[in-house]
Amino acid sequence: MNGGLTMNLTLLLYLIPSLIMFGCGVYGFMTRKNMIAIMISLELMLNSIDINFVLFNRYLFPDQMEGMFFTLFAIAIAAAETALALAIIINVFRIAKDVDINKINKLKF
Amino acid sequence: MPLSYTIAVIAIPLLMFLFLGLVGVKMEKKLTGILGCIGMLVTTVLAYGVALTYFFGADQGQMTDGVRQAVTVFNPDWLSFSKTLVVRMGIMLDPIAAMMLIVITTVSMMVHLYSLGYMCDHHGHAEKGFQRYYAFLALFTFSMLGLVVATNLFQIFIFFEMVGVSSYLLIGFYYESPAAIHASKKAFIVTRLADLFFLVGILILSFYTNTFDFFGSEVNGIAGMLDNPQASLAQAGTASFMGCSAMAWALTFIFIGGAGKSAMYPLHIWLPDAMEGPTPVSALIHAATMVVAGVYLVARLFPLYVIEQGAMDIICVVGAFTAFYAAAIACVQSDIKRALAFSTISQIAFMMTSLAVSSAGGELIQIHGGYGLGYMASMFHLFTHAMFKALLFLCAGAIIHAVHSNENDQMHGLHKYMPITSFAFLIGCLAIAGIPPFAGFWSKDEILVAAYQKGIGWGIWMSMVAGMTAFYMFRIYFLIFHWKEHKVHTEHAPADQPWTMTLPLIILAAISVVAGFVPAAKLVTWDGAPLHTQLNWTVACTSVLIACVGIGLAYKMYYKENPLPQRLADRYRGLWTAAYKRFYMDELYQFITHKVIFQGICKPIAKFDRAIIDGFFNMLAEVTNTVSFGIRKLQSGSIQAYVYVYFFGALLIAAVTALFVIF
Amino acid sequence: MESLGNIIMFFVIVLSIIVFSVLTVTTRRLLRSATYLLFVLFATAALYFKMDYPFLGAVQIAVYAGGIVVLFVFSILLTQHPDDDAESLSKPRKWLGIVAALAGVALSAAALFGYAKFCGRLVPAMDDVTMEKLGRFLLSTEKWGYLLPFEAVSVLLLACIIGGVVIARRR
Repeated sequence: MNGGLTMNLTLLLYLIPSLIMFGCGVYGFMTRKNMIAIMISLELMLNSIDINFVLFNRYLFPDQMEGMFFTLFAIAIAAAETALALAIIINVFRIAKDVDINKINKLKF
Repeated sequence: MPLSYTIAVIAIPLLMFLFLGLVGVKMEKKLTGILGCIGMLVTTVLAYGVALTYFFGADQGQMTDGVRQAVTVFNPDWLSFSKTLVVRMGIMLDPIAAMMLIVITTVSMMVHLYSLGYMCDHHGHAEKGFQRYYAFLALFTFSMLGLVVATNLFQIFIFFEMVGVSSYLLIGFYYESPAAIHASKKAFIVTRLADLFFLVGILILSFYTNTFDFFGSEVNGIAGMLDNPQASLAQAGTASFMGCSAMAWALTFIFIGGAGKSAMYPLHIWLPDAMEGPTPVSALIHAATMVVAGVYLVARLFPLYVIEQGAMDIICVVGAFTAFYAAAIACVQSDIKRALAFSTISQIAFMMTSLAVSSAGGELIQIHGGYGLGYMASMFHLFTHAMFKALLFLCAGAIIHAVHSNENDQMHGLHKYMPITSFAFLIGCLAIAGIPPFAGFWSKDEILVAAYQKGIGWGIWMSMVAGMTAFYMFRIYFLIFHWKEHKVHTEHAPADQPWTMTLPLIILAAISVVAGFVPAAKLVTWDGAPLHTQLNWTVACTSVLIACVGIGLAYKMYYKENPLPQRLADRYRGLWTAAYKRFYMDELYQFITHKVIFQGICKPIAKFDRAIIDGFFNMLAEVTNTVSFGIRKLQSGSIQAYVYVYFFGALLIAAVTALFVIF
Repeated sequence: MESLGNIIMFFVIVLSIIVFSVLTVTTRRLLRSATYLLFVLFATAALYFKMDYPFLGAVQIAVYAGGIVVLFVFSILLTQHPDDDAESLSKPRKWLGIVAALAGVALSAAALFGYAKFCGRLVPAMDDVTMEKLGRFLLSTEKWGYLLPFEAVSVLLLACIIGGVVIARRR
């Protein structure tokens, strides 16, 4: 273009943030102790996968809609899963007065 | 009375047992005893009716040409092994079964009545476990009745075990006393061991004859093993093992089973200890009825034994030896019940010997010609012995109840205090010693005649034992009732017991007086045909003479306190001690079982079992345990730890895949 | 070649995704973490819009940003004291997480660059995904039809509602 800024927005460029988002999700999932924080990390990972679906659909199979539908369903299922998980977490909190994953070990052994 | 009423004779004690056993605890103690007595009375009346009908009543198939036949009242199949080999459960009446019905119910009735008084303390309060006691008595009566009317060997075996169990339960009635527990265990183990042989014998016998039944039943059209004993033997005679035919082995094994129950040497050791049970129980089980089960068994299979002379010789030797051995021990025992127990052993051995000498000549034809005498004498003696031995035991029970001790030296001079008991005991002693006209004379006389027929040696041997019998019985009698003045050492002076205990004594004493006049030779013979006997005056006079000598000796030594017995005991110290210690048979058993079997065989096996076999499995468990505890850490329950593992695993796989795909 | 607007758009989206993702997992306040997540989700929605999936973007905003994050915020408020600082991470734990994340990222990146053939693609021209088309596919039983998953998800949501009620009910 005229501005001399020449850049192709390839698939790769879009995949990189998704990858980093996933990495952040992994890091958070492994290090956080609060169960809600873990759930948030999980959402990050899920979201990055959704992005991947959309991207691959758009770039590789533009005349189909599989990726999009998968994302759609994934969002629905993720919503359900999150709602349930949070319900459980709140219930656990009610009983154990804590949401620290390392302290919820009464059923261990 | 129809013979089928026998079923009621057996069913009533069973129902009584169930009733008293299940709801007795909830009832007044005395009431259970009275109920038991009433049940037993009904049983007794029915049994007398059936037995008398069988012997004298209208013909119901029991008489054919003047010969009494075995009548199988009913005999349904119970357990079918094969088309021919079927275990049946039935009721059969033949002379000895009918006679045993009378014996068992009479003694059991007396004991039921007697126990009403005996099982109470001095204030008339029933003892702890009174209901249990009556329930067990009913159980025993049922088992014993079932035994005598059995139609086949297997049924006999089952009831054999059941009388063993009820005996065990009753010996251990005072289960708080260790001695009673040991005695009951001893009795059970010894008889059980013998019964094992019995079972083996049954299996061999039934294997060759292909039946358990004694007599075939017309209904089923089957043949029994005694219908044609020679055919049965011929079948088994073909097979031989260690030089004897299979039949000889089978019959010997069966005799061992009977010897266990009848306390023949060397399986007699349980009987003296069994006296730990209540005395009426000793009278019923360990004197009158159960211990003669072995004799009854041999008598039942008599047609087979009579042909198999080898087995008969064994019985003869064992019986004769046991008779002497037990009589010798009885001469020195100080515990009244034990002395009576050894007397019982001796008398049962008399019956066994009598059965065994009955086969003299070995040929069936000769048995018909009068050699069945021993059989008849044995059964007759069984009958009379049951009566006077029960009498003696019940007297002993009354004395023990009065002075609270089993030992002679606590008694002495009781004649003044307990005249009725003393008189009854005297009648019992006279009966067992063989003084006419008391019951024992007639039956023992027949036995001696049979023994003399077998051989003069046997006769002399048995006469000698009869003399010893008279001696030791009167020794007991004099020591208890005379010897010296009684020292009253309890709060009550000993006295005759209440009527519930005295009445049975009087009844049994009366029976002991007249029982000898029962025409046993006409009624109880091995083939059912009446036997024509007459008093053998030589034998009778000798035996009476010998008995009198025995009594005289006892009189001289024990009537008044004198140092003679002690002097004799001191002079023959070794012999006396040995006899007192029952010739160390118990110690021998102890040695064999503990030192040889337990120490020598069982201990190493146990060691092997614990160290090697258990050790192996313990090692497996130990290893599993250790490893599990080690790897338990992996199951930390921490999701994040799992995620690490999962994630790095996934990465590893991805990396490997990438390596292959990309490069 | 892309228009400058596209490129700027791209950078805004990508940078916000990266930055807010990192912040989401590194902040020590849980409520902030949720807020950053919200921003990430918004950026993602923008990405969908940019990819010409307006419906998807709308769903992303409505369900994720509007629904899930609100749930998160509620849960956080219910379980967390407003001003207690989040846990301080222990060193080994933190480093292990970083190593794991970086290893994953590195491996995936290596794979991505290895597949440059695909990854170098440009966005192709495409028909609009109209609502009508989308609705037909979603409720169709033909080939490429999504009726069965659609119904399955509806059942799942029902189960989820019941489950939520059962779990959260005070017993």
